[in-house]
Amino acid sequence: MENKASAIALEAHELTKIYRMGAVEVHALRGVDVEFREGELVVLLGPSGSGKSTLLNILGGLDTPTRGTVMFRGQPVRMDSERALNLYRRDHVGFVFQFYNLIPSLTARENVSLVTEIARNPMSPDEALSIVGLGDRIDHFPAQLSGGEQQRVAIARAIAKRPDLLLCDEPTGALDSKTGILVLEAILTINRELGTTTALITHNAVIAEIANRVLYFADGRIVETRQNAVQRVPGELAW
Amino acid sequence: MMSSLDRKLLRELWSLKAQVLAIALVIASGTALLIMALTTIEALEETTAAYYERTRFADVFAQAKRVPEHLGRDIAEIPGVRLAETRIVEGAILDMPGFAEPVVAQLLSLPERGPELLNTLVIRSGRLVDPTRPDEVVVSEPFAEAHRLKPGDTFAAVLRGRKRALHVVGTALSPEFVYAIAPGGLMPDDERFGILWMGHDALAAAFDLKASFNSVSLSLLPGTDEKDVIQRLDGLLAPFGGVGAYGRADQTSNWFLESEIAQQKNMSRIMPTIFLAVAAFLTNMVMARLIETERREIGLLKAFGYGNLAIGWHYAKMVLVIGTVGVLIGSLLGAWLGHWNTELYTKFYRFPFLLYRPGPAGFVIAGAISLGAALAGSLATVRRAVRLAPAEAMLPPSPPIYRRSWASQTALAGALDEPSRMILRRIVRWPVRAFLASLGLAMSMAVLIMALQWVDAIDSLAETAFERGQHQDATVAFNDLQPVDTVTDFANLPGVLSAEPYRHASARISHGHIVERQGIIGVPAGAVLSPVFDVERGVVEVPSGGVMISRKLAELLNARAGDTVTVELLEGRQARLTLPVAQIFETYLGTPAYMDMAALNRIAGDGRVVSGLHIRVDARSRRNLLEKLKDVPNIASVLFRQAAIDTFYKTMGETIFIFIGFFVAFSVTLSVGVTYNSIRIALSERARELATLRVLGFSRWEISYILLGEAGILTWIAIPLGAAIGYGLAWYMTSAFETELYRVPLVLRDATYGKAALIALTATLICAAIVRRRLDRLDLIAVLKTRE
Repeated sequence: MENKASAIALEAHELTKIYRMGAVEVHALRGVDVEFREGELVVLLGPSGSGKSTLLNILGGLDTPTRGTVMFRGQPVRMDSERALNLYRRDHVGFVFQFYNLIPSLTARENVSLVTEIARNPMSPDEALSIVGLGDRIDHFPAQLSGGEQQRVAIARAIAKRPDLLLCDEPTGALDSKTGILVLEAILTINRELGTTTALITHNAVIAEIANRVLYFADGRIVETRQNAVQRVPGELAW
Repeated sequence: MMSSLDRKLLRELWSLKAQVLAIALVIASGTALLIMALTTIEALEETTAAYYERTRFADVFAQAKRVPEHLGRDIAEIPGVRLAETRIVEGAILDMPGFAEPVVAQLLSLPERGPELLNTLVIRSGRLVDPTRPDEVVVSEPFAEAHRLKPGDTFAAVLRGRKRALHVVGTALSPEFVYAIAPGGLMPDDERFGILWMGHDALAAAFDLKASFNSVSLSLLPGTDEKDVIQRLDGLLAPFGGVGAYGRADQTSNWFLESEIAQQKNMSRIMPTIFLAVAAFLTNMVMARLIETERREIGLLKAFGYGNLAIGWHYAKMVLVIGTVGVLIGSLLGAWLGHWNTELYTKFYRFPFLLYRPGPAGFVIAGAISLGAALAGSLATVRRAVRLAPAEAMLPPSPPIYRRSWASQTALAGALDEPSRMILRRIVRWPVRAFLASLGLAMSMAVLIMALQWVDAIDSLAETAFERGQHQDATVAFNDLQPVDTVTDFANLPGVLSAEPYRHASARISHGHIVERQGIIGVPAGAVLSPVFDVERGVVEVPSGGVMISRKLAELLNARAGDTVTVELLEGRQARLTLPVAQIFETYLGTPAYMDMAALNRIAGDGRVVSGLHIRVDARSRRNLLEKLKDVPNIASVLFRQAAIDTFYKTMGETIFIFIGFFVAFSVTLSVGVTYNSIRIALSERARELATLRVLGFSRWEISYILLGEAGILTWIAIPLGAAIGYGLAWYMTSAFETELYRVPLVLRDATYGKAALIALTATLICAAIVRRRLDRLDLIAVLKTRE
């Protein structure tokens, strides 16, 4: 739920990322400025290679920018310290990936407790799993779950530590629309009920309808920002 | 409550169980060998020490011709002597029922009254002799076993030319004959050499030594200077034909025993160390690749906020579990093998009991080295993985950059099919990884070659020593020196084709401060049957002046050809003179010294005499001759060359060859462990790629070829590499392995390389077959849907 008066949770200035691949330099980000407000749900839209994932990775402390700064709640995130980044991820960020990235040797509950064990104020794995509607599948191994279920375990794993930021990289990319809607509903529930600032990457324009705000990416830049007057619920979507 | 990370660890270990077991077995092999070797030595040393102490094994020994009884008191009063025991020691020829060859026996007297003071017997069956019954004997247990003698049996013996029947009343073991070796022999031969104990008076009567003795043993008070006691004892015995007292270190049985222990130590230091190093290298390599496949998980854990230390510890635990399984298996196996091996030795060395109480040292050393190697190998990889930014670590490694090399432009490359091109490109793309995988296999083949080398070396040693160097059928030694005419008498015996005399003189040879007790053998000019034989130059003529010494003796004395050494004869008129070292020659066995026989006789001053003869025997009249020899007086021993060869191999078979057998078994384990892991890891790395190929329409056999072809090529590369490293290891071992007892020549037959290569190839084939079955079960959909 958007609140105009709410504080800025996360902001980035002049983010540039250059990958060097052999002799070729790839400019993944070309000076991006962006800010996310507390409790906001932002969708990042754009073709592959436009820089969405790179931005998300840097915002989440998974990668470091070549130039530029990231501020979390007014404090700069120290990109030069591996330890600081690690603590930032541990305490504030939850990730959801396109390919779930569950540990195949752990059950749903155990995959979640992998994170709750090191978090400061986590909810119980069972609670996290019931938020995403998997209360009855907690003892299943990833191989025994459908793709949508696996992704919801991944979401439960991401939110169980009550993160301040939930960063989702194409969470529905590998799913059919019906399952994708279930996953989006889970993400929306968390955004609303826990007030978690959420950034979601997709290249499916329809999904952008659920956001407060949509950022359009192209060639390493944000080319357009759109404020949604109405947030649609995932159930109304179809693709 | 177990943490999720630990649960992940356990489940993954379980799902990798075949690989875990293979690595654990590699670690176990190195550990087991080291523990076996270390504990065997420990047990042998402890058993020896305990046996010597319990039976009061003497510190100083001396023999003489005939010493009046009363001199015993003077000997006992030498300062530093705790106990002195006089006795009679003589030789005899036995005629054992059903045994064609004459048997050599050593007879020792037992005190007439009371127990033995020193060198006490351990009675194994029956009882000690009754002093009132002169024909009763106690026989040594190994001899009794070889001839199936038990108390109550009787056999014939020639004592000083008189034939008598002796009654066995008991069997026993003695600390003096742990390693029972006939004079002039090299290995114990329980069929042809026996020890008999008789009552003192009975022996004195048989050998005309009433109120006299010819042998004395002493035990010393702690802190006594042994040299001083020996000097005083020599002074007392010199007028009575003393042949030089010697300390425990030079006592035949003990010398051999100590040499064998030293040799074991040498072997246990060199071989398991090489083995453990190889195992460590392999563990290191395999663990590194295993963790490489965990790259994505490491990235994920980092994304969740796990620190580097936590991740490092997680994988360290994985390695520690695998390593601990290996060390545990290795320890149990090693301890069991050590016990078994020691038991084997105690049968061979004739101890009445066995102390196998291994201390922690061996286990700690082996465990620490093995675990350390495994940890070092994997943590380097973990460090590399945690250094990546998590975003990067979670991506599948970006497609490697392949290039068309000059080779792919050639006509030959054009003829290659795509799968073969894939194999070759992978090898060319990661040459270091390919080289390491090959090197791993090569190392396991190299230790195999090193182990098998022993068989070649021992064959070559036996061939050089017994076949090329010696041509006699038997060697006859006399009780006393005999006039040189005896040669003619023997040569005229029916069945004797030729006879060649030799002279042996007990002596001390010194150079500077270094003194070695080493008998000198006098060889007649133009000797044919048993000449001096250099392992490289062949037969060497003995120079008429000076002494010829073996290279090992020269090293012990720190003498070079042309130096002068002091030779002190310990018999006859005890001549002492300086002689030049005329020549140094190389031999594999012992530390012999030779002189021209005439020259030796001249300095000894005994006239033209011989100690014994080498004879060649006509095979057809062999039996007759043997019968005759049993009755010839004054013969101390008859040694048969064929019997010597047989016992040599038998002994080797009971000791070193068994040791080698373990090495071979462990080398094979090593080989299988490495190969299986290499292929299995290659499968994890490439499952996605191979499944894609299957989806594209490649058959199971075609993708098997792509996966296993690489292993095949790497094995072929490993073979010449392994042969070269194996040669290097064998060279190192033979040069480091050198005792006074024998040296090992560096001999490697082509067949040995062949065998090692075959074993390596077989290991690859078996592992390939196992992994191939997994390829058949490759789940195409699952592999393509999720990222591997």
